[in-house]
Amino acid sequence: MTARSRIPFYFAILLLIAAGISVAVWRHVELGIPWFTGEQQPVWMVEARIDFEGTGEPVLASMNIPDQPPGFRIISEQAASPGYGFSIVEDSGDRRAEWSKRDVNGTQTLYFKVQLVPDGQAQTIEPERRPKPEPVFWEEPQATAVEELLQQAAAKSSTPESLTRELIKLLRPDSRAQNTTLLVSNANYIELLNQMLNHAGIPARTADGLALEDARRQQQLRPFLQIYDGARWLTFDPRTAEQGLPEDVLLWRQESVSLLDVVGGDDSEVSFSMLRQTVPALQLAQAQSSDNGLGFLSLYQLPIEEQGMFRMLLLLPLGALVVALMRIVVGIKTSGTFMPILIAVAFVQTTLVPGLIAFISVVAIGLLMRSYLSSLNLLLVSRISALIILVIFITAGLSIAGYQMGFNTGMTVTFFPMVIIAWTIERMSILWEEEGPREVFVQGAGSLFVAVCAFLLMSTPLASHLTFNFPELHLVVLGLILLMGQYTGYKLSELRRFNPMKVYD
Amino acid sequence: MGWISPWKLNRLGMLNMNRRNVDYIARYNSRVSYPLVDNKLKTKLAVAEYDVRTPKLLQVVRQQHEISRFRQMAEDLKGFAIKPAKGSGGKGITVITGRDGDDYIKASGARVSVPYLERHLSNILAGLYSLAGTPDVAIVEDLVESIPELARYSFQGVPDIRIVVFQGYPVMAMLRLATTASDGKANLHQGAVGVGLNIANGHSLNAVQFNRPISLHPDTGLALENIAIDDWQEMLVMASRCYEATGLGYMGVDLVVDVDDGPLLLELNARPGLAIQMANGRGLLPRLRQIEALRKPHFTPEDRAAYAMETFTSKT
Repeated sequence: MTARSRIPFYFAILLLIAAGISVAVWRHVELGIPWFTGEQQPVWMVEARIDFEGTGEPVLASMNIPDQPPGFRIISEQAASPGYGFSIVEDSGDRRAEWSKRDVNGTQTLYFKVQLVPDGQAQTIEPERRPKPEPVFWEEPQATAVEELLQQAAAKSSTPESLTRELIKLLRPDSRAQNTTLLVSNANYIELLNQMLNHAGIPARTADGLALEDARRQQQLRPFLQIYDGARWLTFDPRTAEQGLPEDVLLWRQESVSLLDVVGGDDSEVSFSMLRQTVPALQLAQAQSSDNGLGFLSLYQLPIEEQGMFRMLLLLPLGALVVALMRIVVGIKTSGTFMPILIAVAFVQTTLVPGLIAFISVVAIGLLMRSYLSSLNLLLVSRISALIILVIFITAGLSIAGYQMGFNTGMTVTFFPMVIIAWTIERMSILWEEEGPREVFVQGAGSLFVAVCAFLLMSTPLASHLTFNFPELHLVVLGLILLMGQYTGYKLSELRRFNPMKVYD
Repeated sequence: MGWISPWKLNRLGMLNMNRRNVDYIARYNSRVSYPLVDNKLKTKLAVAEYDVRTPKLLQVVRQQHEISRFRQMAEDLKGFAIKPAKGSGGKGITVITGRDGDDYIKASGARVSVPYLERHLSNILAGLYSLAGTPDVAIVEDLVESIPELARYSFQGVPDIRIVVFQGYPVMAMLRLATTASDGKANLHQGAVGVGLNIANGHSLNAVQFNRPISLHPDTGLALENIAIDDWQEMLVMASRCYEATGLGYMGVDLVVDVDDGPLLLELNARPGLAIQMANGRGLLPRLRQIEALRKPHFTPEDRAAYAMETFTSKT
């Protein structure tokens, strides 16, 4: 009979609430599930268009497609190319879209669309094997020029990155010195940089980037230079020697050597067009949740029918929270502890005003009929059973009458829980006999007030959004309800009830 | 009607519903003892061993078919009370005070027929008045006739004395008087008058009806200031004994003073209401805390009653 310490209890509740909130935040960050409904997120729709001339032979067109480009997340890919077989093949980090067709004649156009979301955290996954510099064989007199240039650049640098920057500055078209003109022409500029860096013992490669601008068409890829610093690939702009990838550039090709190979066609070329769209963030999160490890927590995995049921079920804890608050802290009398929640759930289906009218009329008619039943001197169980049947008759009558009068809302009376209503009528009738009509109105009004409060909370779009998309938030609700179970303070109604005590103070 | 600040209530030591439930009922009342008080039949048997007397049991109706025997049994009776064994808050209690031909007269003066009483019995059996709606038994008890000194204050119903007993110590008491508003019942929330009683001597303190202070009984018009209960110490000891009988740490003991039999236990309540504080004009908390702080509790009901009379004067 000793008072146990409540510290473990409060600690457990703290844990519960913290767990609920942190899982929700985690899922928000990882899956991008938005906190609010109607949140929009930008999405880039990039379309690659391949044109070539068919020569009457079987065609195999193969294009490199983005594979975890830095700064973006791919949410969907699709190809549009009637009559072509299509598949995406992946070979040691080289992702390619392949189209194939037996007889191809005339101008052909293939489309490949990809939807991307800007995501600052997205990074290219690093290769398992460390890249090695590829040896390059230079002939004289280039060999001497290369050595000299590399020495110049090395003299002004200390790291692979700075060497790369210095080398770009030396070879840049506007600053070419005498001995560089021997090596550089505009056509081979990037390739030369690539080879020189490899020669200098730095793993390097070229990549192609696409500058994303809204509603641009006929865009071409821009070459970028990448070097491997021992941990990851660093990107340089070969024109400005700037390190790092500009924010609006999508690296389309990184790993692969060739962008497009067409076997069996001539004059092939690729051009890109792009569009910036905004889509609901929630839709985006759903699209991604399936292939994310955290997706298993999502109720979107369930069949649609179960989803609808859970949408309703997951609102119930909010109703329970309202009832607990109203009864424990405010001190409103209700008829039946959780009857208000069930009424509130029914209101969610029927909407408020028609629901209120329907509920009050069903209960009122039921009370009238119950007063006749009470004069029949029936046993309790059969009286309640009779009442349930009568309640069903009443709702059917109201539905038909409502329908005849042109109110479709009359039909929704069926959402009310019949058995609960029958019990409510029974209790109210007894209450009327024992305590008088005043108590019936106090409890009836209290129940309806709590039900309406619960309804107002449950029917907000935010409530259904949060409860369904972050089911873990129910841990917070649970924590709050448990916490309220320990509330030993005065109820609001008691401040009124004990008011006469003022005179004794 | 205004509002009172929670700090002021706290200063007055007013026990509130939530604290009563969490800190007293949940902590001091063991679940296993509940059936003892929630079932009046069990209460009768349990307290009998501790020399606490209850109204004479006339009949127990357990089955629907036994209702027919009620008619025979009640044939010659003038007055009796029908109670659901598991009823709460006085619900379902019908008190018959007289006969009029074949019909019976209720305490309120209304005439009721035998079929009415039989239907009432069948309602009780079906569990209409029981706490969780579970099937119940009906008990028929001898009618309690209150001593005239107290009965004259009450309108129709029998006045009873509610004593809150905490760990065997009587901590607060009040006299409950029926009114027209309460339909002859002694329940404060139904409109009965509550008169606070000084634990020290059984003299009246304040009176309330519907939570509002009054000085005259609304029906009988009698002043409620100078009521004194005889045999006060005996009643406190009786209430204190119920602690041993039930083991409930926090309960309400309802007593009546019968003309012939003296003080009788009407019923026990494991969830006594809070209105007793209004009738006494003081909060329960200081007294409850004083008992909780006792290093050496008293072991006999007599000692506990004496301690309470000494300690809980109208000043504390």
